[in-house]
Amino acid sequence: MRTAPVNIVPATDQRSPTAQLSIRNVTKVFPGKKGVFNKLTGKTKGDFVAIQDINLEIEPNTFVSIIGPSGCGKSTLLNMIAGLSPISGGEILLNGVPITKPGPDRGMVFQNYALMPWMTVEENLRFAVETVDPKISQKKRDRILKEYIQLVGLTGAERKHPHELSGGMRQRVGIARALAIDPQMLLMDEPFGALDALTRGFLQDEIERIWEQQRKTVIMITHSIEEALLLSDRIVMMTRGPAARVDEILEVPFPRPRNRETIDQHPAYHDLKVEMESHLFRETRAVEAARVGT
Amino acid sequence: MALSNATPTGIIPPQPKEPLWQNENIRAFGLFMLTLGLFLLFWEVGARSGWFVRGVPTASETIQEFWWWVTNPFFDNGPNDLGIGWNLLISLRRVAIGYILATLVAVPLGILIGISPVAYKAFNPFVQLLKPVSPLAWLPLGLYLLRDSEKTGIFIIFISSIWPTLINTAFGVASVDKDYLDVADTLGASRLRTIVKVIIPAALPNIVSGLRISMGIAWLVIVAAEMLLGTGLGYFIWNEWNNLSIPNILVAIFIIGLVGLLLDSLFAALEKFVAFGRNS
Repeated sequence: MRTAPVNIVPATDQRSPTAQLSIRNVTKVFPGKKGVFNKLTGKTKGDFVAIQDINLEIEPNTFVSIIGPSGCGKSTLLNMIAGLSPISGGEILLNGVPITKPGPDRGMVFQNYALMPWMTVEENLRFAVETVDPKISQKKRDRILKEYIQLVGLTGAERKHPHELSGGMRQRVGIARALAIDPQMLLMDEPFGALDALTRGFLQDEIERIWEQQRKTVIMITHSIEEALLLSDRIVMMTRGPAARVDEILEVPFPRPRNRETIDQHPAYHDLKVEMESHLFRETRAVEAARVGT
Repeated sequence: MALSNATPTGIIPPQPKEPLWQNENIRAFGLFMLTLGLFLLFWEVGARSGWFVRGVPTASETIQEFWWWVTNPFFDNGPNDLGIGWNLLISLRRVAIGYILATLVAVPLGILIGISPVAYKAFNPFVQLLKPVSPLAWLPLGLYLLRDSEKTGIFIIFISSIWPTLINTAFGVASVDKDYLDVADTLGASRLRTIVKVIIPAALPNIVSGLRISMGIAWLVIVAAEMLLGTGLGYFIWNEWNNLSIPNILVAIFIIGLVGLLLDSLFAALEKFVAFGRNS
């Protein structure tokens, strides 16, 4: 049994007045196939409740990770925050205003980078900057491009196309593009999921360094316990789907700047890790069991 | 101390130099020349010793004819005795006009159809019905409607080269990677900007492969259509058939193949240019 107290914040419906992003009773239902035509062809399918009644308050300038078993609706939740996926029930408020569509106040980093292959590194960033501010002066634009290419350490690769870059470099471009529009928050959907372990660690350090500089609100989806512990202020653990909800929220008290070599010496590290492992293990085992049962 | 003295060249074992006859390209070229030689030899010997029907020219005669036509491409002794260069230019001009018109219609229309799922479903029956129709089936209709052989030729090229470009463009636009559209959406890009800056460039490899197929078809069709039209390479073949000049027909076939090959290589290069590491 757990002896040392872990910094668990119960997932309550308490509303925070200072929250930048408020997720309130959010539900996502993927409609099934109904209607006469589908009944005739025998292809009817019930509605699928992906996530149900999620409540989450995110304070400004915090790094929040969402972790949960595969297929629990983490990406669905992030897409709803981004405005790419409609909300079935409840509401998501950004600075008190409900989110209805995507907007440049939320920068998105995609798992598969989503760089335009026909644009160079610089053109990918320029497309973002000019889309958000079509009347930007050339001087200001060029300064922004230079600044963010430098921030992610890609100076010298401005005129390369994505297919000439490694996976790690591509995701750097993805991060630079998301930051270059100066969003209020950064949404990252398993940003390092497609990278090998070494590159992954390297980019995590970069994110830590960049976050120290920018201190933007970040919501990151991840599968990796170590990644979440290294980067986050709070870790949201979700239960398995269908009808996934927030199980518990962990406060990560490690001082910043953090270092992957020394972070595990912090007294709370071990307990947090064990807590997350047991949660993920329990949920994943239940998913497997459910799959065998059907 | 031999180890510390080892230079990189000493560590990497010297690669044995590949003998010339083991190089794949050289061997392929050798096989190509051998096959060509055997074919010409068989043709020459066969024609001389009467293995084929009467009147089949020998290989050497045909090559001489070919050389004469290629070295005298531009002469004009009336419509039934025109240099092969003029005929080629006439055919190319018809193909160019019909093909460019088809492209100007097919690409914008394909983009419109590809963007809207409703339009995609609504127009699909038309396209699927008209696509398999042989281009020559349009010939009488074209002659009746246009009353002009030149315009009819262009019309045939137009109607037959429109479909591959249209279908490929619509498909390319409809199947643009969702991630690219999400990027444009999260940035708040307008519909027009998304189409111009994201959808069209993303669909460009598909559009160009459509254009390549269309060009191939246009070149196939023009020769057949011209047999009924009065000038051009197709008519040249028909005319030489009436003259029973088999070597000239063979010369024309070779030139048609060569030009088709060049046109196709042009589009293959264009395809590579717009791919940027995709499907290559």
